[in-house]
Amino acid sequence: MRTKSRRRILSAVAATCALTLGATACGSPDPGAEGSAKDVASALESGGKVTVWAWEPTLKKAAADFEKKYPKVHVELVNAGTGDKQYTALQNAIAAGSGAPDVAQVEYYAVGQFAIGKSLQELSPYGASAHDQAFTTGPWSAVKYGNGIYALPMDSGPMALFYNKKVFDRYGIAVPTTWDEYVEAARALHKADPKLYITNDTGDAGATTSLIWQAGGRPYKVEGTEIGIGFGDAGTAQYAATWQKLIDERLLAPITSWSDEWYKGLSDGSIATLSIGACMPANFVTGAPAASGDWRVAPLPQWTKGAKAAAENGGSSLAVPKASKNKALAYAFIEYATTGAGATARVSAGAFPATRADLESQAFLDSPFPYFGGQPANRILADAARDVGTGWSYLPYQVYANSVFNDTVGKAYVSSTTLAQGLEAWRAASAKYGKDQGFTVAE
Amino acid sequence: MITDPTGPSSGTRERTVHSGADSNGAAAGSPGPPVTQPPHAAPRRRRRRAHTPLDPRPSIPLTLVTGLVLVYTLLPLAWLVINATKDQEDLLDSFGLWLGEDFQLWDNISRTLTYDDGAFVRWTLNTLLYVAAGAGGATLLAVLGGYALAVYEFPGRRAVFAVVIGAVAVPGTALAVPTFLMFSGMGLANTPWAVIIPSLVSPFGLYLMWVFTAQAVPSELLEAARIDGAGELRIFFRIALPLLVPGTVTVLLFSMVATWNNYFLPLIMIKDPDWYPLTLGLNAWSAQARTAGGEPVFDLIITGSLLTIAPIVVVFLLLQRYWQSGLAAGSVKE
Repeated sequence: MRTKSRRRILSAVAATCALTLGATACGSPDPGAEGSAKDVASALESGGKVTVWAWEPTLKKAAADFEKKYPKVHVELVNAGTGDKQYTALQNAIAAGSGAPDVAQVEYYAVGQFAIGKSLQELSPYGASAHDQAFTTGPWSAVKYGNGIYALPMDSGPMALFYNKKVFDRYGIAVPTTWDEYVEAARALHKADPKLYITNDTGDAGATTSLIWQAGGRPYKVEGTEIGIGFGDAGTAQYAATWQKLIDERLLAPITSWSDEWYKGLSDGSIATLSIGACMPANFVTGAPAASGDWRVAPLPQWTKGAKAAAENGGSSLAVPKASKNKALAYAFIEYATTGAGATARVSAGAFPATRADLESQAFLDSPFPYFGGQPANRILADAARDVGTGWSYLPYQVYANSVFNDTVGKAYVSSTTLAQGLEAWRAASAKYGKDQGFTVAE
Repeated sequence: MITDPTGPSSGTRERTVHSGADSNGAAAGSPGPPVTQPPHAAPRRRRRRAHTPLDPRPSIPLTLVTGLVLVYTLLPLAWLVINATKDQEDLLDSFGLWLGEDFQLWDNISRTLTYDDGAFVRWTLNTLLYVAAGAGGATLLAVLGGYALAVYEFPGRRAVFAVVIGAVAVPGTALAVPTFLMFSGMGLANTPWAVIIPSLVSPFGLYLMWVFTAQAVPSELLEAARIDGAGELRIFFRIALPLLVPGTVTVLLFSMVATWNNYFLPLIMIKDPDWYPLTLGLNAWSAQARTAGGEPVFDLIITGSLLTIAPIVVVFLLLQRYWQSGLAAGSVKE
C-alpha cells in the first residue's frame, strides 16, 4: 500500500507539472543534433509518417496533395482540440515524453510561450530563414522569437468590419468609419429596436488586445526574459474610453462569440457588426446560411479620422515540437503547406493567406463572395493585411494571460469595475505570473 | 390485511380520508372529525375501490410533483427529437419546441452517417468496441471477484473490503491524468487499450456482486453440491451463475452506461480521431463552430446526439426488469 500511495503522489506531481503551461522546468531535454536542408531532401526520399495536430480545415487538402506528390510519405492529420485545449494536450504529451506529434498548429499569440518553454524546434537550419520575404510582416514577426524561427505562418487574420447591410439600410444608418461613429451607430440601432445590438461582447482577450493593437497601444514589450507590461499608453486609453461607453450604455449584446446563440444573432440580424479576423467568411456561410446576402465587409473603423490602421486577430502557424522523431520530414510538410503551391491550394480552399504572393494575386483579389452579395471582399482584407501596425508582440506566456482575462477585465462587463481598472488588474496578474516563472518584469 | 379504509384505526388512513374529503367537494366544509363522513360518500368510495396501505389512493400533490419531474426529464429529450428534424437554417430561426419549415430527419440522419467520410459510423463502431470489451470485461471480472469474495473465507478479506469501498469513493476523473502518464510511459496512450483497460476496473460493480452473491447464493446449496462431488468451477458455472443473473445484468447495465457515456478518459487518452468514441466525436464536431474558418454543423450534432442516445434507451427498456430487481437486492430481509 505504501509504495502505491507514493507512486500516486509522484504521478500527481507529474500531472501538475504537465498542466502548468510554460513552466520551463518541465521542458523536455533536447534530443540532439540539428538538421539541415539536406536532411529534409533525404527524408522526403525515404518517406515515413508525419503526425499533424491541427484543426485548420484546409490542411486536409494540403495533406492529400503532399501525399500525392511524395507517395512514400503518410500524413496523419489529427484534430486534438481547438486552441488552448490542443495546447494542454501538447504540453501533456511533451511532459509525458511520448505521444507528441511531429507538427502542431500553434496560434501566433501562443508561439512565444512554446518557444520559450523550449518545446519547439528552431527551424532556420532546415531552411526556414530562406522564406523571410515570402510572408507578410505581422505573421512573420509572430513566429520569430529572439533570433530563431520557431514556426511557419499558415494563415493570417487581418481584421475588418463585417456588417449586416440589411439592418443598417433598414434604419438608414451609415456604416461607421471611425469608432466614435461606431458608438453613435450603436446608440441609433439600439434605440430603433431594443433587440438590436451593434455587436456582441462578454469579454474576449483576443478581441481586446487586437483593438488596442489597432489603436496604437503596445502593452507588451519582450526582450529575452525581460518583459514590460503596461496599459498606460494613449492607444489603450482611447480604446478603454470608447468601449466603456458601449458597456455603460448596454449597447453590447451579452452573447459569447462562437456559441450557438452567436450564430443565431448573426443569422437574424440582432448582432449587426463584427470586428473580426479574415477567417470569418467560412463560418458565415455554414453557420448563418439564412443571412446570405445580408452581410458586407468594410475596413475596420478608425481611431483617428482618415487614418488607415489595422490589426491582426487570430491566425496560426505550423511548428515542429522538439519531441518529434522525424523533424526533417515534419519540416518538409510544413514548408509545403505554408509556401508555394501548397499555400495557394489552401487559399483557394478558403484559407486567408499569410504569403505575399497569394495576397497580391489578381485572382485572389477579384474573387467574389456570393455570401456578401458578390462583393470582392478580399480586397478590403488584403488592404488590412498591409496596414497592420508593426511592433506588436504578445507575452511569452500569453496563453496563461488570456486565461485570466475573464477574472480581471471580464469584471468590467458584469460589475461597476471600469475597463481601465480591469486592465490594471490584468496587468498585475500577468506581471505576478511572469515573476513567478522567472521573468524580469518591468512595471 | 382487509380493513375498512374509513376506519379510524391508523393515522395514515385518517389523513388519506381527510385529504380525500377536502378535494372531493361533496364533503367540503363538513366541520366534524374526518370519521363522520356524509353517509353517502363512504359507501360510494368503497364501491369504487378499497384503498389499503399497499394500494393507496392517488395523492394529487404527489402526482403533480411526479408530473413535473416527468416533464423536466422528457423536455430535453423532446427538444432533441424535434430539433433533429430541422436543417441548420431552421435550427436558428424557428421555435425550439415545434417543427421547422421542412421535415429533414431522414436527410439529417443520412448526412450524419456520411459526413466527414462516414466518421460517425466509425465512432459508433469504436464505442461498441469499448462497451463490449470494457463493460463486458468489467462485468465478468466483477462477477468472478464478487463471487469469490462472498463465498470463500481467506485472510485479508476485510482489507480487500476496505480497499474496494475506498476505491468506490475515488472518482475515475481524479485518476485520469495519472493513468494517462502511466499509459503514456507504457506506450499505450492513443490506442484503444488506453480506454478499454481502465474501464475493466469497476469497484462499485465488484461491491454490488459481492453483496448480491451473499444474498442470492445460499451456502447450504454450495455445500450440497460439494458433497455431491462437483468441482468449484462446475459449481460456479452450473449453480451460482444462473442465480446471479439479475445482479450480473445490473452490473452490466451500470458499466455499459458508464462506458458508453465516458468522455473524460478518452478525451485524455485518445488523440487519433479514428479511435474516438461517439462522445469525443460529437465534441469535435461541436468545436468546428468555435473554429475560425471551421464549418458549424449544429444540425448534424443534434441528429448525432439523438442517434447516440437511442441504443442506450433501447437497452434500458429491454433490461429494466433486471435492473429493478437488481437495485432492490438486499433491501428486504427474507
